[in-house]
Amino acid sequence: MAQAAIELIGIDKSFGAVRANRDINLEIMRGTIHGIVGENGAGKSTLMSILYGFYQADSGEIRVGGQPASIKTPNDAIALGIGMVHQHFMLVDNFSVLENVILGAESDALLKKSIAKARSELERLEREYGLEVDPDAIIEELPVGLQQRVEILKALYRGAEILILDEPTGVLTPAEADHLFRILRQLKEQGKTIVLITHKLREIMAITDTVSVMRQGTMVATRETKKTTVEELAELMVGRRVLLRVEKGEAKAGGVKLAVKNLTVKDSRGVTMVDDVSFDVHAGEIVGIAGVAGNGQSELLEAISGIRHAVSGSVMLDGKPIDLTGAADPGELRERGLAHVPEDRHHVGLVLAFEENENSILGYQDDERYLKGPFLDIDAIRNDARDKIVKYDIRPADCRLKTANFSGGNQQKIVLAREMEQDPGVLIVGQPTRGVDVGAIEFIHKRLIAMRDQGKAVLVVSVELDEIRSLSDRILVMFAGRIVGERGPDATEGELGLLMAGVEHREAAE
Amino acid sequence: MSTPYAKLPAWADYVLIPLINLFVAFVVAGFVVILVGENPLRAAVVLVEGAFGRGQGIAFTLFYATTFIFSGLSVAVAAHCGLFNIGGEGQGYIAGLGIGIVCLAFDSVLPWWLTFPIAIIAAAAMGALWALIPAYLQAKRGSHIVITTIMFNFIAASVMVRALVGYLKPPASMAPQTRTFLEGAQLPKLNWVIELFGAKIRSAPFNVSSLLALAMAFLVWVLIWRTKLGYEMRTYGHSPKAARYAGISEIRIIIIAMMISGALAGMMALNPTMGDQHNVALEFVSGAGFVGIAVALMGRLHPVGIVMAAILFGMLYQGGAELAFEMPAISRDMIVIIQGLVILFAGALEHMFRPYVQALFASLSPKSVGMEAVKGKGA
Repeated sequence: MAQAAIELIGIDKSFGAVRANRDINLEIMRGTIHGIVGENGAGKSTLMSILYGFYQADSGEIRVGGQPASIKTPNDAIALGIGMVHQHFMLVDNFSVLENVILGAESDALLKKSIAKARSELERLEREYGLEVDPDAIIEELPVGLQQRVEILKALYRGAEILILDEPTGVLTPAEADHLFRILRQLKEQGKTIVLITHKLREIMAITDTVSVMRQGTMVATRETKKTTVEELAELMVGRRVLLRVEKGEAKAGGVKLAVKNLTVKDSRGVTMVDDVSFDVHAGEIVGIAGVAGNGQSELLEAISGIRHAVSGSVMLDGKPIDLTGAADPGELRERGLAHVPEDRHHVGLVLAFEENENSILGYQDDERYLKGPFLDIDAIRNDARDKIVKYDIRPADCRLKTANFSGGNQQKIVLAREMEQDPGVLIVGQPTRGVDVGAIEFIHKRLIAMRDQGKAVLVVSVELDEIRSLSDRILVMFAGRIVGERGPDATEGELGLLMAGVEHREAAE
Repeated sequence: MSTPYAKLPAWADYVLIPLINLFVAFVVAGFVVILVGENPLRAAVVLVEGAFGRGQGIAFTLFYATTFIFSGLSVAVAAHCGLFNIGGEGQGYIAGLGIGIVCLAFDSVLPWWLTFPIAIIAAAAMGALWALIPAYLQAKRGSHIVITTIMFNFIAASVMVRALVGYLKPPASMAPQTRTFLEGAQLPKLNWVIELFGAKIRSAPFNVSSLLALAMAFLVWVLIWRTKLGYEMRTYGHSPKAARYAGISEIRIIIIAMMISGALAGMMALNPTMGDQHNVALEFVSGAGFVGIAVALMGRLHPVGIVMAAILFGMLYQGGAELAFEMPAISRDMIVIIQGLVILFAGALEHMFRPYVQALFASLSPKSVGMEAVKGKGA
């Protein structure tokens, strides 16, 4: 057992002047589950990319099974028994499971023979590791959890002894994540070595044997999971103490600010994404919408903010209706006090090619404060941007810098600063901290609670259950386009998890 | 896997990289010259001397450049709004109709400085209207602007043949062109400006529409970077979703951007008609609308870059004519090859040398490249 599957010795990797990995030493024992945690940009992905042959280390040595190894391409890695399950699946959507598994590993010129061979091998793997998937199912028809299993099967089919999983639970329900962990434990029992990259500390505690923490390109610590705590790991990641759960007082809910009634939204293919949804958001409270990604939350947000056409139902803002024909002017809604922090800040909330100050007026470009007739008032815009940079501690503090050059957390702060500083009555926030590092999460959460305490109505949609539980005064759970339950902030994770998986809903329907 | 790129100083981005691209284009063109059995170095000397050697050459270079500034600006304005207006050729051509009518109507009664503004408006209006239909189809129907503007180039060509042959041509004439404009529609030459520097010019068509081109370059800069409309156009150009989120009407912005683009393309027709030939003839645009695409790409969609790229292409046109004259083995088509190579390296392969230049800069001055510029795929 106590033999190293992978040893990394003195790995260094620079991109230009930036050292993404510096002098990394890491030993991963055979037959263990080893977690690697760190903030965005800490160098986790770079390190794993070096191990999997996407990048070459500038210096240092990799040993696999005690032997020095030269990994120049992913094929070298596969030959050495290293498999990778990517955060974004590398599957061909309209191929069957079987076809995806053999893709790039076909043994014959004619497909028929390879498929027959693969089928029996696949069945053996499925039996052995409890990874049941119908080999003939088409990928796009499978739920995300099963698609991930196909990715794992792909790696195993190629003879992987060491399996690297990059943020594997980001798209899974708690139940699916639990199932994944059972599979991983089973793989471990069969002697496989698993490397788990994640930023969710709870998962690290739940499943790993050892855990390494990266910060700013260096490996700051390796701990036995049993002997560490979530607080210690968080502190190691950020380099200072962090509050994992923001403190907040009682909500003083006032009158209804936003009333959604029987709202139904269909996507472009005519599939019902939001199904007869009704709820209210009061002044001075945060309502959180929990749910696995893709259950209609995005469409709900877009409909409320006037970007997406709704089939039926109504949304009232301060007692007056919002135009739901899809022809609503988001600019007019902003004037009426509805601010929207969209889920996808890269394509919707920001124009990454713009300078920071240009983004700080996006959506408010009609505001007279920023204009002199038809011309932009450049001085006013930049001064305004500088004020926000100071107030929201946006770094680097340069309003002329291209937005793409800010980190995820700072980009989110740019959007939040813009929307919050307009002093809206209702704030809608999609995925407030997606891709945002731990330090900035704390800041953003405090800001959202400050908004609430000023008597604003805040609607938060997030796939991070922890975030929903920590922020919300009321929690609504969405599943398959419907609100399937409402809970208080003290609802347990298990309870919400069941709702998110639609369990209770299905039982009620029967 | 995104490869992290370090940031380059602006001068390297806007000057050094285009120059490297240009240099490589000329090197490859040099091999083609060797293939046809000529000395590439001598060819380069002839080209540059033909364009800048004498006052005559300079005047012609600037005359060609003027047309390309208009067409380059036209492409750039649309491109900032995320639209590829490939119809500058047709928009410029059809603008000749407006110019022809205005000049024929007023050249006997008004002085040039009154005819000119009316002709500018007519040219801009015709170009804008010719862009309006594709813009409307794109905005309302989703018909791809590249396809529709190409189609409109052909339609413009046919319309112009009909208009010139059927209506604008003097009754007795066999040539498909208008009568020669009288003095009231002839733009004054600017050759004296070059002669101030001591050069001698026999006759060259360098005229006041060049000043209009420079004014338009400035106005385009103001429009794109200093007005709300330009801000909205750029937002839509970078991200239609962000524009929707920001409350910018897709239909309105597409139509306005295309009409401005078409108006600029239309103004390109002033230079060869009122400035040079003093008539509107068949095929008078002769590809300048397409050159505008290369000019805009090479100029990185910035008016200053466009003016410089337009002068470069003016040089290629003028020097190329000299070259074809001096070296019979090199035909006009060679010049088209060189232009094609410039477009290839400056446009399509624009990023080919960028990583190397960035690596070089990074190794020279580690401080100049920002840490935050590197956002690889988040872990």
